[in-house]
Amino acid sequence: MNELLDALRETFGEKVAVAQRIGQTVLTLPKDDIVDVVRFLKEHGFSILLDITGVDHLERDPRFDVVYHLYHLQLHDLVRLVVQVGGEEPELPSVTQLFSAANWAEREIYDLFGVTFSGHPDLRRIMMPDDWIGHPLRKDYPLTGLGPLPPLVRE
Amino acid sequence: MAYTQDQIVSQMDAEPGRGGNMVLNLGPQHPSTHGVLRVKVELDGEQVVRSEPVIGYLHTGIEKTFEDLMYQQGCMLAPRADYVSPIINNLCWVLGVEKLLGIEVPKRTQYIRVLFAELSRIASHLVWLGTSAMDMGAMSPFFYTMQQRELILDLNEMAAGYRMNPSYFRVGGLLQDLPPGFPEKLYAFLDGFPHWLAEYHELLDRNPIWIERLQHTARISLEQALDYGWTGPLIRALGVPLDLRKTHPYSSYEDFDFDVPTETEGDVYARYKVRMREMEESLKIVRQAMDNMPDGPWRVADEKIYPPEKTEIRQSMEALIYHFKLFSEGFMVPPGDVFSAVEGPKGVLGCYVVSEGSSRPYRVHIRGPSFYNLQALPAMIKGGMLADIVAAIGSLDIVLGEVDR
Repeated sequence: MNELLDALRETFGEKVAVAQRIGQTVLTLPKDDIVDVVRFLKEHGFSILLDITGVDHLERDPRFDVVYHLYHLQLHDLVRLVVQVGGEEPELPSVTQLFSAANWAEREIYDLFGVTFSGHPDLRRIMMPDDWIGHPLRKDYPLTGLGPLPPLVRE
Repeated sequence: MAYTQDQIVSQMDAEPGRGGNMVLNLGPQHPSTHGVLRVKVELDGEQVVRSEPVIGYLHTGIEKTFEDLMYQQGCMLAPRADYVSPIINNLCWVLGVEKLLGIEVPKRTQYIRVLFAELSRIASHLVWLGTSAMDMGAMSPFFYTMQQRELILDLNEMAAGYRMNPSYFRVGGLLQDLPPGFPEKLYAFLDGFPHWLAEYHELLDRNPIWIERLQHTARISLEQALDYGWTGPLIRALGVPLDLRKTHPYSSYEDFDFDVPTETEGDVYARYKVRMREMEESLKIVRQAMDNMPDGPWRVADEKIYPPEKTEIRQSMEALIYHFKLFSEGFMVPPGDVFSAVEGPKGVLGCYVVSEGSSRPYRVHIRGPSFYNLQALPAMIKGGMLADIVAAIGSLDIVLGEVDR
């Protein structure tokens, strides 16, 4: 694992910050490098994209974290990538061309956080109805919803 | 009021069937979808040309609800994601919070947790076996499997008071110690179950319909499986012995002697064989856990995390204060984030917990293995027959509760 992290530092230099948090390796990187870093890790044996999810830090700028978890089948090690995105229309590159598993996960983040993924083949809502307003997992979205429920039957 | 026929068609025909192909809407209310999964299928005759699973019908906002609950209350919510093996979700959640707190529970608690996690794995595999055999037209296995699952639910009830979503594990310990009479009842189940497992084999193994329908069905390559993030029995049926209980032993799994069954064919029949042998291994683990059950405390001593005994509250001022604080405010968890992963019956079950230092989690995300496994369905059934879709869905062993969360 350490050799792999050294190789990563050599390739990407200062851009990727490596840390250990509660025994887990965390890489923090700028959003434009996410595809390159995921490709690098995939080529070096991280063959399963376990999970992608988002975190909304309402008070912070940039506002959102997008968190990736990759698994190495030979070293049996887990790595977490954290990418910060913000702005009026948060957007970052999609990793669907590297892992098909990212397809639904990115759709879920788009649906529930309103973060868009450029280059995603089919970016639609996945959990909520197509005509839903708002993104429920954002911190400024109330637990009780944004008003009355939409009608069950569309006219 | 229901959807009219036109509305259903207009929803389906974003890309209408080409050249006389038929578009069929399977689900969301269909017994073979094991919940509320909807699959849009384009058929050429009986052959599947294209398909698309549509999910979200069971989205209940579990992750949002977590943010409003104290950590200990999360123990009630986590099992509701995968309601077929609730206690493993429970385990994943408490392990995550305990990692953030930096505490370790006593050995006895760890053994009891392993015991119940493995019982839960058997119960989950029994549901899969019964329902997927029923999908293939074999009715009897369903009754035989449900009957044995009832005995496991009885054990849940005995320990936790609940049958379906026991929430037996708490941050820092358990709800209570094993009740009196529990070992006898458990051993009765352990002694009886191998007979029934042999019965299931008897019912299915030499059944020509079962074999014909399962062999060489819904097969995908290892490369595709990794691409879709497959884990658990599905990837073990492709020859990859990935099992977090072996590679990252949590909750004292390193103390137990068990094998990780694998197959290489990667078809529905291989998944059947893997899961059947996993039940045997789980049985071994449960027996070892009960035989070697350590004595000692079943909870952490820290009363700022796990509430003091009721009898103590009446005698000690401090105990009363801790009790009041824990049930009005909860305990504080240091800031940080952790991804706790356990081996669920369907694959790697993960729980990503972010804490900002308060008594409620800032963000909780559940990595349901079914969510990732299900994505591969179009690749599995492409070019196959319509009836094979049912076999494919059955072999994925999805639980829509953890797909939609």
